[in-house]
Amino acid sequence: MSSIEIRLSGSGGQGLILAGIILAEAAILDGKNSVQSQSYGPEARGGSSKAEIIISDEYITYPKVLKPDILLTLAPSAYLWYKNDMKENGIIIIDESIIPNDEDAQKVIRLPIIKTAQEVIGRAFVANIISLGVIAELTNVVTKESLERAVLNRVPPATEEINKRALREGYNLVKMRGSEIWQKQMI
Amino acid sequence: MMPTVLMQGNEAVVEGAIAAGLKFYAGYPITPSTEIAELCAEKLPFVGGKFIQMEDEIASMAAVIGASLTGLKAMTATSGPGFSLKQENIGFAAMAEIPCVIVDVQRMGPSTGMPTSPAQGDVMQSRWGTHGDHPIIVLSPSSVKEAYYITIQAFNLSEKYRTPVILLMDEVIGHLREAVNLDEYKDVEIFERPMPQDKENYLPYQYIENGVAPLAPFGKGFRFHVTGLAHNEKGLPTNDPKVTEKLIKRLIGKIENNKKDIVMFEEKDTEGGDILLISFGSSARACEAAMQELKKEGIKVGLFKPITIWPFPDEKLREIYPRFKKVFVVEMNTGQLYYEVDRIIKGNTYVGKINKFNGEFLTPFDIVEKIKESF
Repeated sequence: MSSIEIRLSGSGGQGLILAGIILAEAAILDGKNSVQSQSYGPEARGGSSKAEIIISDEYITYPKVLKPDILLTLAPSAYLWYKNDMKENGIIIIDESIIPNDEDAQKVIRLPIIKTAQEVIGRAFVANIISLGVIAELTNVVTKESLERAVLNRVPPATEEINKRALREGYNLVKMRGSEIWQKQMI
Repeated sequence: MMPTVLMQGNEAVVEGAIAAGLKFYAGYPITPSTEIAELCAEKLPFVGGKFIQMEDEIASMAAVIGASLTGLKAMTATSGPGFSLKQENIGFAAMAEIPCVIVDVQRMGPSTGMPTSPAQGDVMQSRWGTHGDHPIIVLSPSSVKEAYYITIQAFNLSEKYRTPVILLMDEVIGHLREAVNLDEYKDVEIFERPMPQDKENYLPYQYIENGVAPLAPFGKGFRFHVTGLAHNEKGLPTNDPKVTEKLIKRLIGKIENNKKDIVMFEEKDTEGGDILLISFGSSARACEAAMQELKKEGIKVGLFKPITIWPFPDEKLREIYPRFKKVFVVEMNTGQLYYEVDRIIKGNTYVGKINKFNGEFLTPFDIVEKIKESF
């Protein structure tokens, strides 16, 4: 891994910018270099939001994502906007609520991230942490140990157990799909 | 050893300011500089400092000047629309020689423009935004780590030369979070304002060639006058052409004749080649990435990055540019620093422009494409 570009996108309020910060901090705990940036419309909630992370072993020159290796999106509009920017062999992870175009159906990894947050954990706001668990299980951009430490550094103490569970549910979503997903995993 | 942490550019400005001894912040929050106000409000009380949110940008600048006159290191932060409003008082600080740091986190203009979009359109405003011939120092960092260090230098230069210093940030660097380790800066020298000694014969505007007299803090028994009018060595208004000419010469000279001490820059691969890129702030990062691409294609590219934008490091540029066939000035505006570069090169080498001014961050592709077109 020399340099990995990751884009997290969804609706404002889904916590993906915090997820981006946590992912960048996990990379630092792994002894790597990282940058994180974000963009959002003027509205704080409901509009589209985007967090970008670059993780590298070296100095990062251009600090914004140009061609993502990994795109994770929790909102249909964000999927349509960003799906064509991908690096060749890039991984697209979308929430189950998003219906991919026919030509993409074989390429994307579709997982019930929001549903797991709502129904398994009972807290919609942990969809961002489940997303991080998915990324960590699916790729080796950060170690699970550093990710867990980075999550716990950022969340309120009272929610530590819930967030740890959210990470585990994220790992499980990928494990349950097993071989089907591993064939697609390129990084 | 300090740990490596993820830090935002605007946060690095606040950390740098506090390390430099910031004790007073007055401001009126505006995107994309708001985090600076927020963090000053949070952190200043813990270092014995004061934060005040004023009714507008004009009052904020006035409060900063007042605080500095009492002996405190003072700062405000804003973006284009607020920077415009502050200009009158920045001129006052320049004329009355009151140290202060003004952070302008540039966004797309003119006017209210695009509040959350990056631009570098305030290059000329940072030099000539206020009226009259006045001295100014403008510094522009291109990474989070540099934002920390350059903020300390902004305070040092401001105190040393009794002048407003503009920290010219841009939205990209202001909002970017980067892994930084500030350990190497823990012994950086902090310049403290010298205290004058003789209360009876104190001359706050004493004629010192290329220099400044120490500024006494209000309330310590030094009697003097502060005005935006042309003034004599005591600070009293004057219409005397000789006194005025001497004053203006000294004001300009204290910066122009100390350039060696003031200018900071970085150079990369400037031994010679096909193309010299000149860029600053976040655009310089796009240049660095473009250089890697162009190198793969066998094009030899160098980068000259002024950190001090004003006064421009002209001597260094004169030394470097003859080693290259062409020069391109890369910036997120329609071409502003370009004019300064063109003035220095005087037609001796081709000087081209690579610009972006649509609210999007310049990409390495933009640069690579323009350079290939030029062959």
